[in-house]
Amino acid sequence: MRIGVVTFPGSLDDRDAQRAVRLAGAEPVALWHGTHDLQGVDAIVLPGGFSYGDYLRCGAIAARSPIMAEVIDAANAGMPVLGICNGFQILVEAHLLPGGLIRNDHGDFICRDQVLRVENASTAWTNGFQEGQEITVPLKNGEGGFIASEEELKRLEGEGLVVFRYVGVNPNGSLNDIAGLTNARGNVVGLMPHPEHASEPGFGPDTPAAMRSGVDGLTFFTSVLTHQLARA
Amino acid sequence: MPTIVVDVMPKAELLDPAGKAVAGAIARGGSTTFSGVRIGKRFELTVDGEVTDAVLAEVRQLADTMLSNSVIEDVVGVRVLEADGSAR
Repeated sequence: MRIGVVTFPGSLDDRDAQRAVRLAGAEPVALWHGTHDLQGVDAIVLPGGFSYGDYLRCGAIAARSPIMAEVIDAANAGMPVLGICNGFQILVEAHLLPGGLIRNDHGDFICRDQVLRVENASTAWTNGFQEGQEITVPLKNGEGGFIASEEELKRLEGEGLVVFRYVGVNPNGSLNDIAGLTNARGNVVGLMPHPEHASEPGFGPDTPAAMRSGVDGLTFFTSVLTHQLARA
Repeated sequence: MPTIVVDVMPKAELLDPAGKAVAGAIARGGSTTFSGVRIGKRFELTVDGEVTDAVLAEVRQLADTMLSNSVIEDVVGVRVLEADGSAR
């Protein structure tokens, strides 16, 4: 399976995402924002960072870059797309996921190992988890406060589109503790925390077993492999 | 060269942490005059030719679809600044 990782001007975690893809057993493919070429990939990751310096709004200019026309078409045709942090902001600005992300309610950038509860384990990127499972992945952002209108929130909750919720502490003021969302089809997933930073022993969050041994994030990337095999 | 000014503000019901930080700094400076600060954005779009109704319609369209995100922001003003600085 070939998984594309799009690099925008200001992307930071594109190489980490490529590495997580490789660790999961897939082939990472570097994609460039300025082209219209998805290079025949089977899935796409929009990585974290500060595309276009967060000018205008986080993710707003990247969402209008050339390759996003193809990403949007592919997502609407069912291709798995994962947006991590700035990638989540790009998905929201591209209207592939609803709501908006605003500055953290406390005003500070936050960087911590964050516990999440998996609320939906049937998406292309979460089928390797159990519903209700708690996982730990790093979170690092300044504008991760999820908001949506009251009706939109009701719809998201009612249709089971909330994929991850913050546990223990709400780090940014997100409504309903929402950390990640999916679309109705379950192929597009976006979240503020960074699963690619919890995919290799020695470089992940601490666990009771050992320092930096947490690899909960790897399951995102093995899930999409399972999803692809099931489709084949 | 006429300039079209578009003003965008965070929605009134949303917390504006940046504005809150500025309000806090003003209060720490000793002023008790202001009860709040909100921070928005001002865009200045310059046009080479005349500002026609079609140009204004295009600006309004851009303001709603790109310069603002209606989930989190409101477009609170679109106006034309003439070369002499007067508004219309």
